[in-house]
Amino acid sequence: MTVALEPRTTARPLPTCKVALPAAGLVVVLVTIALVWGTAWRLLSATAAGTSWHLFYLVVGLLAAVGVLALLRPALHSLAERGRAGTALGSQDLQAARIHRSRCYTSAWVAMGWSAAAVLVVAVVSFLLANDHAVQKTFLSPEMLSQSWWETTKAFRTNVFIAVVAEVIVLVWGLLLAVARSAPGRAGRPVAFLARIYIDAFRAVPGIIVIYLIGFGLPLAGVPVLSSMSPTWSAIFALTLTYGAYVAEVYRSGIESIHPSQNAAARSLGLSHGQTLRSVIVPQAVRRVVPPLLNDFIGLQKDTALVMVIGTVDAFTQAKIYASNYFNLSSVTVVALLFVLITIPQTRFVDRLIERDQRRQGR
Amino acid sequence: MAFLEINGLKKSYGETQVLAGIDLAVEQHEVVCLIGASGSGKSTLLRCINQLETIDEGTIRLDGDVVSGEGVDVNQLRRDIGIVFQSFNLFPHMSVVDNVTLAPRKLKQATPDEAERRARELLDRIGLSARADAFPDQLSGGQQQRVAIVRALAMQPRVLLLDEITSALDPELVAEVLDIVRELARDGLTMLLATHEMSFAREVASSVCFLHQGRILEQGPPEQIFTDPTEARTKDFLQRIIEAGRL
Repeated sequence: MTVALEPRTTARPLPTCKVALPAAGLVVVLVTIALVWGTAWRLLSATAAGTSWHLFYLVVGLLAAVGVLALLRPALHSLAERGRAGTALGSQDLQAARIHRSRCYTSAWVAMGWSAAAVLVVAVVSFLLANDHAVQKTFLSPEMLSQSWWETTKAFRTNVFIAVVAEVIVLVWGLLLAVARSAPGRAGRPVAFLARIYIDAFRAVPGIIVIYLIGFGLPLAGVPVLSSMSPTWSAIFALTLTYGAYVAEVYRSGIESIHPSQNAAARSLGLSHGQTLRSVIVPQAVRRVVPPLLNDFIGLQKDTALVMVIGTVDAFTQAKIYASNYFNLSSVTVVALLFVLITIPQTRFVDRLIERDQRRQGR
Repeated sequence: MAFLEINGLKKSYGETQVLAGIDLAVEQHEVVCLIGASGSGKSTLLRCINQLETIDEGTIRLDGDVVSGEGVDVNQLRRDIGIVFQSFNLFPHMSVVDNVTLAPRKLKQATPDEAERRARELLDRIGLSARADAFPDQLSGGQQQRVAIVRALAMQPRVLLLDEITSALDPELVAEVLDIVRELARDGLTMLLATHEMSFAREVASSVCFLHQGRILEQGPPEQIFTDPTEARTKDFLQRIIEAGRL
């Protein structure tokens, strides 16, 4: 049986340009402008004139009210291109018709995309203004922010200290666990088994419970050295136990991602299992797992806020003192901002690393 | 007794028998070529000799000493029997010279300085001394494979196994790798190589083995195997090679 290979003979369809999309773009833009103007008006009318905040709101409100008009540009451009597409179609210039149609659609979508973003911002601002600025005052009270930020930031040094020390120990501890978990042969089996139980257990137990058990349990148990640790060091110990298990799995995935032929090549030269791991497998594995490793470290840094439960004075504890004294959560917002500030550069760095790795693999 | 002697070697992966009783003797300074279709067991045989695969039955002797089975120090054995792989398997995180010196350094075969001097000498011999400090991914496939050969030679093995070392190369790079093997053969290195390069096998081999379904079906001098094979299966195989324009 043969299959006929005849070229398709139907003509390519003529370009058509519907008016619905550019019209929708214009409507969406007009609605957005109305919403922004309404919100800007509320922003101004709700604050007393003469205060410095009123001036700030005035500037922000005016900028928003004027800025939002820029949305009209793509919306009107879309309509204009629609007109040109129609003209071109009328004069049978199919290529020009397609070009103008494409520009018409693109501009309409641009107008709607930016409008959607503007509406989201309006929604957030409306939420902050709700109930006569109550939301804003609770979370972002200027007075409370300026009163609490210094003490909170000072206390945040404890979080940074716990995180950095724990991360250094975790790097080593996790690698030991990962190597133990893949210990070869009959002699290695019990070691691998124990490492596996450890990793399973500490990945299962919530970090806050490990911190609680270590922070309160060890002093009660009266074990020498371990019991006399300060709460800060208890926290470091607890976080190391928990994150060591996570990081061991990260290392292991890296070790297993190295192609077996690398192992074969090293062993074929007469290197032992240990020499092969140390010189060939682990150096390559570590390079590969830097991004997931940093992700786990970001998790660890955030979990330093959990040490509050054992009474270490960290940024969160400090902020809570302010919060309960003044019935205002702005100090806690400061803590949140501090975590954002230290995390964002790291996530960007991880993104860069991943990008670099992908470029290298694409080569 | 031959220098490298294999008796009744069997190897299975689960239910699949890959080597069904191999007997092979390689004299010192001999070059023995293994030919045969994919899956006939050539690679597995080489990996078994280097003990990258455990063997199920049979013995391997090197210079009269049994080097397979319980109690044998495989790390020691592998210093005597080197192997070069189809896919080069250079260590990508090390420079060329570090690739070559790693084993001599780690196994205390030489001081770091000595190892490096020797490595650069060897690289010079294969015309790659200029790339000694490059990384593997900066080299062409042919250059990488030449480095891989040098890396195996740096341990001064008594036998060198070559596992289809030109199969992953672009055609124009095959010659530069085979030139080295030719030179090693002239120097009298004992080699056992699996290959699809029939004309090369015909040129350098002291003896050619045709493998089929895990057995050596026919062995003889290259002229006889390539021009007057006795087994029908060998004829079939060579016929297909000729039809593909590879002989």
